[in-house]
Amino acid sequence: MSDLNTSMVEKYRNNFLKEVEAHVEEGEWVKMCMQCGVCSGSCPLGPHWEHPPQELFMMIRAGKREEVLSSESMWMCTSCYNCIVRCPRELPITHIMHGLAHYATRLGIEPKGQPTRQFAQLFWDNLAKNGRVNELWLGVNLYFMNGLVEGIKVAMGMAGIGLGMLKAGRLSLKELVGGHTVKDKKGFKAMIKKAQELEAARVDK
Amino acid sequence: MSDIVATNQTILVVGGGISGMTAALEAAEVGKQVIVIEKTPSVGGRVTKLYKYFPKLCFPTCGQEINQRRMAANRNITVLTMAEVTELSGEAGNYSATVKISPRYVNDNCTACGACAEVVESEFDDEHNYNMSKRKGAYLPHNLAMPKRYVIDPALIGTDEATKAKEACPFNAIDLDMQEETIELKAGAVVWATGWRPFDANKIQPYGYDRFDNVITSVEFERMMDPFGPTGGKLVRPSDGKEAKNVAFIQCAGSRDRNYLRHCSRICCMASLKQSTYVTEKYGDEANVSIYYIDIRAIDRFEDFYQKVQDNENVTFIKSKVANIVENHENNNPVLKGVNTEGYHRYENEHDLVVLAVGMEPSVAKDEFPIELKLNDEGFIENDEANGGVFAAGCSADALDVNRAVQSATASALRAIQVVNRVAQAEG
Ligand SMILES: Cc1cc2nc3c(=O)[nH]c(=O)nc-3n(C[C@H](O)[C@H](O)[C@H](O)COP(=O)(O)OP(=O)(O)OC[C@H]3O[C@@H](n4cnc5c(N)ncnc54)[C@H](O)[C@@H]3O)c2cc1C
Ligand code: SF4
Ligand code: SF4
Repeated sequence: MSDLNTSMVEKYRNNFLKEVEAHVEEGEWVKMCMQCGVCSGSCPLGPHWEHPPQELFMMIRAGKREEVLSSESMWMCTSCYNCIVRCPRELPITHIMHGLAHYATRLGIEPKGQPTRQFAQLFWDNLAKNGRVNELWLGVNLYFMNGLVEGIKVAMGMAGIGLGMLKAGRLSLKELVGGHTVKDKKGFKAMIKKAQELEAARVDK
Repeated sequence: MSDIVATNQTILVVGGGISGMTAALEAAEVGKQVIVIEKTPSVGGRVTKLYKYFPKLCFPTCGQEINQRRMAANRNITVLTMAEVTELSGEAGNYSATVKISPRYVNDNCTACGACAEVVESEFDDEHNYNMSKRKGAYLPHNLAMPKRYVIDPALIGTDEATKAKEACPFNAIDLDMQEETIELKAGAVVWATGWRPFDANKIQPYGYDRFDNVITSVEFERMMDPFGPTGGKLVRPSDGKEAKNVAFIQCAGSRDRNYLRHCSRICCMASLKQSTYVTEKYGDEANVSIYYIDIRAIDRFEDFYQKVQDNENVTFIKSKVANIVENHENNNPVLKGVNTEGYHRYENEHDLVVLAVGMEPSVAKDEFPIELKLNDEGFIENDEANGGVFAAGCSADALDVNRAVQSATASALRAIQVVNRVAQAEG
């Protein structure tokens, strides 16, 4: 268990809802849910979730901390916003899903080997490096996420798309070395650093 | 019309539904002068469109008839139909109202014999049946209409049909030269009782009311049970006229939803529980009713009604706000999709017919009142001193069932009586 996780468990004891309200992005909305179920029924990925949003909200209120934070469910959210549009209480459900996933990651208790989480991490690392997404490296890293053999298989399968993107100028082989960056890379890094500080102050408070 | 006498001791009742009628009777029966302004050609309002009343499941016609008799017998009440208040100004004890009266083209010689309707062929959407059927261009609004007098649709004026109707009338009751009239009335107090209208189901996009024939509203369902209604009293599917035995009700259609109406409309849970008995009344053990709900709000004494329906094996309760509806193209069955929150079971349920339990909103929009009134966020009139001598009754005050609407009307009548009594004292 990470130190942060231990201290949060200490601090909130049996009141997981309070913890979510204080530390999860948009977490203060959770108590507004009236358990109508429209979000769960509206999610296009719904059948593949272990716990749909409204069930997660009930679990939060019931204090099922471990089960919620280690769940794969919120990582299934594709940000389609169907639930937000239909929620009769206007809960920002999509944002709460990402907030929960992010909080679990900070505490170090997120589900390991979850593919959406891995992709999100790759995407972020890639973006944070130069301030621009390097599609070539993102693709390469993604394909080899599950090991060399699997990666070559996936890459071969996607070759057609890759070549098409090269032709259309959407993908450049120059990206392999260095790649394009934002103009003010130093400023960009400083900005990210500041944002992370603010974020940390909020989550750890 | 110019012979109407109205003074600062007159009570003006705007809207002649069950609430307006009640307020008018309460005031008139203690000797006050009352003028009722009703927009449509007859009084009675929306309850005349109901098949039965919860909780007792009696027919509204009976209560309606008693009220009509009381009104007819009381000389203190003047009823103006096809009339609207276009301007209202003043303060408690001293109001002036401008009232616009549309021509009916039929005077009080009419005996409701119906000879005019026999010769008229043009047809128009029937408002009494929420446009589910047609009525003639010369018509009686409905069987229980008061005044029991025909109306000539303005679209007929200037046509041969209008002349034919006039010639067919044995009592010389049709006057095609009638004009719109505007009159000024004085009043000491006003009871505002313009009631409600069903929330526009077209706005609830995922339920496809505009796209699927077999998705209807609760007010339309109510009309189907009327033997003189659009289906002759049959519970059938609009798409093919087949019997609708497997019926789903969707609660809170437009209510309790920040995208539509924020308030709980209060009566629709009871309305669906009541309507579930319509299906069992028609089809007995072949009836198969599903009620999709967030929570059932059978307010106070209605709990036992809810329990009775729960005991019925032909009625199933599904705790879920339906996410969306699609249509099975082979048989036009609506297919309901969502998650049953008791156990988190995902469903895709097919039904013969789906009834949306639509919410109630005030019939007069926020910016349409002829005088500034304190309204709540939902547009219902507040009981507030700032409203001076204007008192809301029934569903202009809140989403109410008949019992509560009548209580509210009685309270408003009393407030209005107090105002005109003060005027009487001052004037000696
Ligand atoms: C599906 C459904 C089923 C229901 N079933 C039941 C039931 O079984 N039992 C029960 O107790 N309740 C029931 N209700 C509730 C019931 O319909 C209302 O309580 C009742 O209609 C309230 O009466 P009202 O006079 O306040 O309003 P209304 O019936 O709306 O009457 C208002 C009157 O004012 C007139 N008017 C409107 N605007 C103007 C204007 N600008 N100027 C002049 N006149 C105007 C209208 O034409 C109308 O005559 C049901 C409601 C629904 C939706
Ligand atoms: S749609 Fe909104 S109110 Fe309904 S269960 Fe989901 S979060 Fe709760
Ligand atoms: S009365 Fe029932 S159906 Fe109507 S809005 Fe309230 S909870 Fe929903």
